[in-house]
This record gives sequence, C-alpha cells and structure tokens, in this order.
Amino acid sequence: MVDPWTIFWVVLTFGIYIGIAIWAKAGSTEEFYVAGHDVHPTINGMATAADWMSAASFLSMAGLIAFLGYGGSVYLMGWTGGYVLLALLLAPYLREFGKFTVPDFVGDRYYSKVARVIAVVCALFVSFTYIAGQMKGVGVAFSGFLGVSYNAGILIGMAIVFVYAVMGGMKGITYTQVAQYVVLIFAYTVPAIFMSLAITGNPIPQLGFIGNAAGTDVSMLNQLNTVVTDLGFTEYTSTTKSKLDVFCITAALMFGTAGLPHVIIRFFTVSSAQAARKSAGWALMFIALLYTVAPAVGAFARMNFVDTVNEAVYITDAENYDQRAAEILADGKKPVPEWYKSWEKTGLLKYDDLNGDGVMQYRGPDAPDGIKNEVVPNRDIFVLANPQIAKLPNWVVGLVVAGGLAAALSTAAGLLMVISSAVSHDLMKRTFKPDMSEKEEMRVARIAAAVAVVCAGLTGIYASQLPFVAQVVAFAFGLAAASLFPVIFLGIFWKRMNREGAIATMLVGIITTSMYIVYFKFMGGTAAGWWFGVSPEGIGFAFMWLSTAVGVVVSLMTTAPPQEIQDLVQDIRIPGQRKSHGMAEGGMAPAE
Amino acid sequence: MQKGEVDLEPTNTHDAAGYWKATLRLTISLLVVWFLVSYGAGIIFREALDNFSIGGAPLGFWFAQNGAIYVFLALIVVYCRKMTQYEKKFGIEG
Repeated sequence: MVDPWTIFWVVLTFGIYIGIAIWAKAGSTEEFYVAGHDVHPTINGMATAADWMSAASFLSMAGLIAFLGYGGSVYLMGWTGGYVLLALLLAPYLREFGKFTVPDFVGDRYYSKVARVIAVVCALFVSFTYIAGQMKGVGVAFSGFLGVSYNAGILIGMAIVFVYAVMGGMKGITYTQVAQYVVLIFAYTVPAIFMSLAITGNPIPQLGFIGNAAGTDVSMLNQLNTVVTDLGFTEYTSTTKSKLDVFCITAALMFGTAGLPHVIIRFFTVSSAQAARKSAGWALMFIALLYTVAPAVGAFARMNFVDTVNEAVYITDAENYDQRAAEILADGKKPVPEWYKSWEKTGLLKYDDLNGDGVMQYRGPDAPDGIKNEVVPNRDIFVLANPQIAKLPNWVVGLVVAGGLAAALSTAAGLLMVISSAVSHDLMKRTFKPDMSEKEEMRVARIAAAVAVVCAGLTGIYASQLPFVAQVVAFAFGLAAASLFPVIFLGIFWKRMNREGAIATMLVGIITTSMYIVYFKFMGGTAAGWWFGVSPEGIGFAFMWLSTAVGVVVSLMTTAPPQEIQDLVQDIRIPGQRKSHGMAEGGMAPAE
Repeated sequence: MQKGEVDLEPTNTHDAAGYWKATLRLTISLLVVWFLVSYGAGIIFREALDNFSIGGAPLGFWFAQNGAIYVFLALIVVYCRKMTQYEKKFGIEG
C-alpha cells in the first residue's frame, strides 16, 4: 500500500528540484564548474550542508548510533570536526588559489601533469565509493515506500539527478541543494520533536536527550542503560570498541571530511577567502542542526524498538492482522506492531522463532535469562520506520521519505560534479587537449556528467550486496584522509613540498589504505589481524601519517620547487595577493 | 591586554608577514581546543568525565555526542571574527 502523503511529498519536492534546474541553467564553464564564483556564503553553507549530509547521515547514522550507543560518537564527532580543519586549514587558501577543482590545485601547485592525473584518480576513486552509498540509499527509500523495486528506484533517482546536474552544472546543483537542505532538515527534526515529546516530555530533542524519561525522576539515558543491559547488550553509554580504535576512526572521518573533493569544491563557489571561512561556519551550523538531533533520535529509536517489539506475540502473514491483534490485546499481551509487519516485507527485519513459543524475544549476546535472540533488525530502516514506530501521522511518514531522497540526491549531485569536472577539466582541458574551446569543454563536461550518472546507478544496483550504507561510505574517508588531505595541507603550509613528494604521498596513501581495507573487508581478514586493533574504518588516519612522512622525506631528498611556485604559495596565504605565476598557471590565469 | 594576544589596533600599513604570523598563532590555538573537546573530553578522558553529568547525561558521553559539535561551531565563529580583525589591522584586502 502506497500512502498518498508519500506520493504528495515526493512529487512536490522532485517538481521543485526540476523547476530550479530549468531556472539555473549554466551558460559558461565558470558557471558549470563553480557557479560563477559568486554564491553568497550563507547559501553556499546551506548547499554544502545538503551536499555533505548524505544517505548515510540521514538514513543510517541514527540507526547506527541506536545500536552502537557511545560507539556511534565516532560518526558524530568525525563528520562535524572535519569542518574545523576545513575552515582553518584549507577552504580560505584554496579559494584564494581561485581555480575550479581539487586536481587543479594539485596539478598547479606541484607543477606536474602526473600529480594532476593521480589526484584525478584519487578524486574519482573516492567519489565512486561514496556515490554507491547514495544510490543504495535511494533504492532503499523507494523500495520501502513507493512500492517500486529497488532497481527501479535507483533508475528514477538517476533520471532526476541527470536533469539538474547535466543541465545546470554547479549552479543548478547549488540552488537545488538549498531546497534539498530545507526538505531534509524539516523531515529529520519533525519526527524527532514528536518522539522527544512522547519519551521525555521535552519538545527540543537536544534537551530531551539529557532530560528525564517522561513522568519519572530517572534520566532517559539511565533508563535506556537499564533496559538494554537487562536484555544482555552493552550499556548504551559505553562501547566494546578499543579507545585507540575510536580515536582512529574519529580522526579518519575528520581528516577525510576535510579532504573530500565534493566538499572542497563547494568552497570554490564563493567570492573570496573571507567568504569561504564564513561559508564553512554556516555549513557546520546547518549540519549541526541535524547532527545534534541524531543522537537523541538514536536513543529514542532504541527505546521504542525494545518497547514495541520485545516480547510481542507474532502474527503470521496467513492470519488476519486486525482480528488477531485484538485477540492478543484482549489476552493482556502485546501483538507484533503493524509497522513491523509492513517493514518485514522489505527484508530489513528478520524474526526467527528459535524456541517455538510464537513470542518475539529480542536479546543481546549476554542475556541474563539465557534466552537466544530471535529478532534481527537492519540498522538502515530506523530513521525511515521511526515515524511509524512512534505512531506519528501519515504526512510525517511521507515527509521522511522525501527527506531521505533529498539527502541522497543532493550528495550524489555534488559527487557527479567532481567526477564530471575531473574528466572534462583536469583530464581533457588541462592534460590531453589544452586547445579545447570553452564550448567544447562544456559539452565534454555534460557528457562526462551523463556517463557518471549511469555509472553511479549501476554501482548502486551492484552495491546492494555491500554492507550498511554508512560503512561503505567510511571507506571513502580513509582514502581521502590518507591521500588528498596531506598533499593539499602541505601544499599550503610548507613551501618546500615539491612534485616528487606530492606524488609519493598520494601513492603511498591510496595504496596502503585500499590494501588494508580490501584485505580486511573483502578477502577474509579477521579482526584478530588488525594492526594494533585498528579497524579498516580507522586505518586511513594511521596511513595519513605514513604518507605524509614519506612525502616529506622524498621532498627533502629532491630539488626544491621553483621560485614561481613558492611565490604562488606565498600569494594564497595572504588574501588579495594572488597574481599569475608563469609556469604555475599552465596558460590559464586565476579567476577573479 | 593579555600576554600573547595580538594587538588589534589598525596600523593602516600592509604587513603580510605579521598577518601570516598572527594567522598561524590563531590557527594553532583553535586547533588545540578542537583536539581537547573531541579527542580529549570525548575519548581519552571520557571515563573520568563520566563521573560528572550534564542534565541526565554522563559528561564525557555528552561531549562525544553533542558537546564537541557546539564547540566546533564556536571555534569557526571565533576564527572568522578574528581573521576579519587581522585583515583590518594588517591592511590586508580580503
């Protein structure tokens, strides 16, 4: 059964996105790549927030926190703390540099086509890893609510992104992302407010999170700790992960955030270094609105799940739900909730009646009563199913679907821009075919965006076998942290860093990190073999130091960069100083 | 004025070296705070801080899930303000 409200929200929001795309059609390469370099800092901040908050943030994060408790903090700190690094260390300087893409900076600063091409490979690698997660999110949202298959959902999503990314380029994407931010933040906070009121009596989720459970003197978190430990789970406010691992994962996510090409590229769209700093602040503000609500949503979701599912009497599909539920209630027992039955069809929830009593026992690994766990929920469904679990009105349920799609599509569009500009600008214009006219470059950019949409969709379809959306995305961060972050950072803060050092850093970073991840995730490596107990999600941080050290040593052993390059670095450190420097420009003057 | 703080009186002279030095000092001190609230309060010293509480939440846990984010935001706001002041003082055209 497809709810009319869901169709209403999805059609309405998709209509808005297409409308914006037609209005914001890009006319020049500058508009296509960087929206003409004149986006207002607040608008750019909002677009960055939507670009940044992906299907992983929207769909998976609260669910992950619900099950990991304190362990979920790595995502909260990691995905916000990176903005401090971005604002202080990268964004203003890269804007002062004044070009279009991340490989542009690497190629010019390190006066090397080889470095540029490696940066293109890094950017493509990171973006494709990331986009698979987005397309998977689109598929999950569609298949759960709109009654279409997972693959058809991805095709619809692809078609929409295709229209506004290929037509409008960065300009179209920026203004669509603003609309998408509004949709997604509204969709996220409205159910959170309802849930917070129901569980803690406080309408502000951030305050409900630290408040008492409604009608008691016990704090909500203490009550939750008691509930989950009684069932044999780890205490909600602690974790089984080692401290070093928590540290490394948080750091890999932070440095990765600062090194992600689709985030960095957004700071090329504002008018000055000062605007770039402000824009990073606005971005974090808009992100924090969701990220400070997420832990509350996670805790409430866990509470609601245990309350409604544990010890409920199961009703099979062969029975009439309403009739049977009424009988169970009349017996003074709890029937399996209706939302559970509707989500069960998607395969995201599994119940296996191990002891044959027809009652759903939800237990942790060390259940004090020795009963085996019979219910296995997929973490991804939590945000989507939350409004139904909390028995919220139907218009809220539909809104959440639109929000999930907004989060996934806005991020996918941002990633497509990186892929398309890396191909048309960095590979074609700057490396293989420098005599291309602007018109030709635009056409190549549009074709590249179109091909990227198709590839992304296919990746999404095949990625359905991969683990949780958030974990897939975590790989992209390790790679960005170990390869792109160090070369950009050293390129700004260390004039002596040269071409050879940069190439060594990027190669070491991407090779070591991907080998570690591939070995432990796909080739049967076990947790016992992790180096110093650091999981593949956190290893990017360790290899970041390694790649930086290798790059520094190689730099010092080879000749210093030419004077023109050192002058270029000096220029981007001081706002308003940027001049053209012969070889550093490769025949292209910096943009205004 | 406290020791170590940069004098913010506009000098109306273009001083790129002074600007860069002030920028580096500000960047480093803000990053120290950034490290302390996230890795410090939220991870390394979490157990110790969990003996205290903010509302009904253990303090270290709260820093890891909510508090650090508020401080991050404050850090960027401080950075933007100070940098604008530096640009005025050292005669840099933003």
